[in-house]
Amino acid sequence: MLEVRGLTKSYGALRASDGIDFEVREGETHAVIGSNGAGKTTFISQLAGDLRPDAGRIVFAGEDVTQLRAPRRARMGLARSFQITSVYNEFSALDNVALAVQARSGHSFRFWRDARRDPKLREPAHRLLDEVGLGARAAVLAANMSHGEHRQLEVAMALALEPRLLLLDEPMAGMGAEESQRMIGFLRTLKGRYSIVLVEHDMDAVFRLADRISVLVYGRVIATGAPEAIRASAEVRAAYLGEES
Amino acid sequence: MTRGALFWIVVTIVLAALPPVASALGQPFYIDLARRMMILAIAATSLNLILGYGGMVSFGHAAYLGLGAYAVGILGFYGVTSGWAQWPVAIVACAVAAAAIGAVSIRTSGIYFIMITLAFTQMLYYLGISLELFGGDDGMRLRSRSTFSGLLDLGNAVSFYYLCLALMLLAVYVTYRIVNSRFGMVLRATKSNEARSRAIGFSPYRYRLTAFVIAGAMCGLAGALYANHTNYITPGLASWVQSGDLMFMVILGGMASTAGPLLGAFALLIAEEILKGWTEHWQVILGPLLVLSVIFFKRGLAGIFHA
Repeated sequence: MLEVRGLTKSYGALRASDGIDFEVREGETHAVIGSNGAGKTTFISQLAGDLRPDAGRIVFAGEDVTQLRAPRRARMGLARSFQITSVYNEFSALDNVALAVQARSGHSFRFWRDARRDPKLREPAHRLLDEVGLGARAAVLAANMSHGEHRQLEVAMALALEPRLLLLDEPMAGMGAEESQRMIGFLRTLKGRYSIVLVEHDMDAVFRLADRISVLVYGRVIATGAPEAIRASAEVRAAYLGEES
Repeated sequence: MTRGALFWIVVTIVLAALPPVASALGQPFYIDLARRMMILAIAATSLNLILGYGGMVSFGHAAYLGLGAYAVGILGFYGVTSGWAQWPVAIVACAVAAAAIGAVSIRTSGIYFIMITLAFTQMLYYLGISLELFGGDDGMRLRSRSTFSGLLDLGNAVSFYYLCLALMLLAVYVTYRIVNSRFGMVLRATKSNEARSRAIGFSPYRYRLTAFVIAGAMCGLAGALYANHTNYITPGLASWVQSGDLMFMVILGGMASTAGPLLGAFALLIAEEILKGWTEHWQVILGPLLVLSVIFFKRGLAGIFHA
């Protein structure tokens, strides 16, 4: 599904990605963990196409996408959510998702018909809002929604793209305990239906959701394996888990 | 009925009734003034598409007003007086110019975009000044107003007035349809959050450039009308002062609103007329008034009418 080889990105002397090898199998949920500053967001931004790597290549669904920009990759089925909420604040929740539906329904050089009355956009958007639990909030302006609702909205928008690979950048960031539990429950329903790259701080979430885990330390993947193996690995405990538990 | 629909019905009735009323009162001057307001409202409406809905702060929109007017003037100079030829040429010339200017400027953003659009327009302005054949700095009187196979006489102030009214309503309606279409949703969403648009697969550049070209073409029509309105073309039409006026109309009236550009154009020109009647230093009064209006009507005049 996704294969990354020797991915390198530097900011001056800082190697934010240092020869990362990484792979996601079809239908797998592959978590990326690492402490602050380990280069998780730099990594996911390169996968999404928002950052250009200095070296290395990214192959997605059999195609080398290293040189392709973010919009192009999104149209190929690589959908990302943002660590820091990124929604259309001036638009309703339904509009937000309808725009994502529109993005995957061919070009948007259609100048006359009212997009807000187009059932081809509104109906799938309604279904997705129901699915993430925002059905009752469809008409609310995104600016007036809570942080947790924004996270749900972002996931709905990512799903609207009918992605082949979901890049979730800390979907639980800033959520309360109860909201987190609900989000984890929802993400579990996505498992197996989508291939997922999950970047997450919340260890509880990672161990409940991931099929495999890669540990990022100073821009390097120091270990990749099943959750139990990662939990047991002495190297990982020393480098990362030890600090938390 | 929505307030928006009611607003437009009232506007249409008032403007349609203006010529007979003005004639009855023996004040034909008002027909002339309202016609100018409507032409500039078309220009402001076109600017609103990119400025208000697209978030592109073009400080050079007068370029298309000037170019549209010169297309009419220059074709007339060479004996082509038919509006059927002049006006499409004006519109297409502006679309082409907007495509060229937009292709370069839209790669930039923020202050650079403002400056580069201004620079292109200044180039056209100085080009107009350097064209001695067409009057240079002084401009040039039209050989004749555009003709329409005898169907429409633009020399007749009242029929020209109704043409402007019809075209203004058409421009507003077309813009309204565009900004609510799929295309318009992409344009507005990208103004709201460009990173998000890129992440879901919209390439902003091509949508912005298309909007820029549509706005240029529409403003070209306003330019063709303006040349016939004054029966005179001057490079001043493409000056940065004129660009600033158009921007001001949009901001004063209310960005990203259907009625805003019309309200802004009308309010600005009416204020100008009233103040000119009081003192020759009218700009000293108008300036602070505009500043106050921006401070107190954050959503513009359209915010008051909810239109």
